Amino acid sequence: MKLSACNVSWSTGGVSILRDVSLDVVAGEFLGIVGPNGSGKTSLMSLLAGLRRPRSGRVLLDGQSVDKLGRKEIARRIALVEQQAETSERISARQAVELGRTPHLGPFTPWSARDDDIVDEAIRNVGMAQLTARMWHTLSGGERQRLHIARALAQEPQILLLDEPTNHLDIGHQIGLLHLVRQQKLTAVAALHDLNHAAMFCDRVALMSGGRIAALGRPYEVLTEERIRTVFGLDVDVEHEGEGRCHIRYRAPGAPTAVRPMLKRIS
Amino acid sequence: MIGIVPSLSRTSASLLALVVLLVALWLGAAIGETSIPMGVVAKTVANRLWDAGYGLDALDEGIIWNYRVSRAIVAACCGSALALSGVVLQSLLRNPLADPYILGISAGASTGAVGVAVLGIGAGLMTLPAGAFVGAILAFGLVSLLAMRAGRGHGAIILAGVAGSQLFNALTSLIVTKAANAEQARAIMFWLLGNLSGVRWPDVWLAVPVAVVGLIVCLWHARALDAFTFGSESAASLGIPVRRVYVVLIGTTAMMTAAMVSIVGSIGFVGLVIPHVSRMIVGVRHGLLLPASALIGAVFMIAADIVSRVVIPGQVLPIGVVTALVGAPAFAVILSQSRTVR
Ligand SMILES: Nc1ncnc2c1ncn2[C@@H]1O[C@H](COP(=O)(O)OP(=O)(O)OP(=O)(O)O)[C@@H](O)[C@H]1O
Ligand SMILES: [Mg+2]
Repeated sequence: MKLSACNVSWSTGGVSILRDVSLDVVAGEFLGIVGPNGSGKTSLMSLLAGLRRPRSGRVLLDGQSVDKLGRKEIARRIALVEQQAETSERISARQAVELGRTPHLGPFTPWSARDDDIVDEAIRNVGMAQLTARMWHTLSGGERQRLHIARALAQEPQILLLDEPTNHLDIGHQIGLLHLVRQQKLTAVAALHDLNHAAMFCDRVALMSGGRIAALGRPYEVLTEERIRTVFGLDVDVEHEGEGRCHIRYRAPGAPTAVRPMLKRIS
Repeated sequence: MIGIVPSLSRTSASLLALVVLLVALWLGAAIGETSIPMGVVAKTVANRLWDAGYGLDALDEGIIWNYRVSRAIVAACCGSALALSGVVLQSLLRNPLADPYILGISAGASTGAVGVAVLGIGAGLMTLPAGAFVGAILAFGLVSLLAMRAGRGHGAIILAGVAGSQLFNALTSLIVTKAANAEQARAIMFWLLGNLSGVRWPDVWLAVPVAVVGLIVCLWHARALDAFTFGSESAASLGIPVRRVYVVLIGTTAMMTAAMVSIVGSIGFVGLVIPHVSRMIVGVRHGLLLPASALIGAVFMIAADIVSRVVIPGQVLPIGVVTALVGAPAFAVILSQSRTVR
């Protein structure tokens, strides 16, 4: 299963939001999308999910234009976890996850034991098994986020699109969740804010800036000190580790560069 | 707690619902200004449907068959249709206050019906219900446009609905005062408050198909309505063709509202309160919520009609008055409860 964007542009209200974006998501890889607020990560995600149509260019799923596929067909292959999705309905945690089965059920197909198993498995996967009976509005932000991911897993997609999946999660759950996504036999695309998460978990990273892809490649190739300075306006030290991995050390604005060799010596 | 519904199998639940509905219709036909024994009602129905040949008082038989049975059936259809419309609108607009009355759809339907009846718009081509349908669609279009202009907040659509209702009610009054004679005007004003007195068998042949088709279309979309729980983007990512579902379901809602308004006038609070009551009983899943709302709406409307006939001896209260008298306090309770929950 391969998802790709070819020279995609998108604009709304006369403002151009995405400009000439091209990327391929290879089967089985974990692709991270990083970039400042408003750089177009969410917009790109919704184009990849087929929720919006590009103004020009095409989004292809296995070489087929997503415009040509029905919504249901797309939803059986691609699941999306939105950046924000809330409800005031009095639904239970489990019911929220059950919604993930929607694309696999016809209007009058009865709910089956298999659907139950898939939902149970998804809930167990995100470690929410003990909270299934709780009402949605009584859950914490992090618990809700994990249920959204369980819902996406219950969709049994081949591709998982995650828009800031670690929002609201404590650091333990942030790492746990990204690890969980990695372990699934899935292709995943995640918009991430923490560059170190991208560096730790992603096979490749796309760096977005002003609606364009500024760089795309292995984390250590993309996340360089100069790029981070130009795109985020931030001074950092990038330390390279084994296996082509890297670690980004953020520096407080105005901190002298001279600290760097000293830090290196200490560590 | 998801609901206090006893775990019944699908078939037994449907059978139970059918029995409840039949009993309500039976009572609706028996109770009135002059109460007629239930046995006589049953025999009348048997006579008319299967030529059973029971010897009955011709007057009683006439009252039951020509007035009461048709009236009870139309009341049931009307209650179901309005309750279903409320469920659909609340889910699609993600707004617990949405219903055809508050959003001005009923007012638009009234204007459309009055336009056809009094002004003779589209004379010959358009029937009363068709006029009501056009009015309902126009009203919803106008209200949504206004709401979009006012911003996407929760309150915007309700405020727009209030404005729309006022506008269409004013238009109706204008048409009535300008074009109708005194007698017509009185009849129309009485009908506008919601009234089942004029209901006869031909109305049944409009109300029943509309309510049944409406129920089937809604049930067909039960899973789609569930998928709107987290908003329309989320529904789309779950494989729901959002725009098509909107068009079909809003169209169905307009059709149901228009048909009922053209028969009995606009009746408030049923579409608003019944969905909330049903949610408390069966939970939020539409597969169960839709049939439950249809049943509860039907039974409630038959009961309201009975009350409207017996509460003031010798007088018939407009049914809209009864639904408002029961509905407004019920709604206040629901509102205050939902506040404590959130
Ligand atoms: N429907 C819309 N109408 C107008 N502007 C929009 C719309 N959607 C997105 N934008 C604008 O497009 C730009 C990119 O938005 P997008 O949500 O894709 O950014 P993002 O990279 O996901 O940001 P964040 O990190 O804050 O989530 C922003 O400037 C935003 O204001
Ligand atoms: Mg975003």
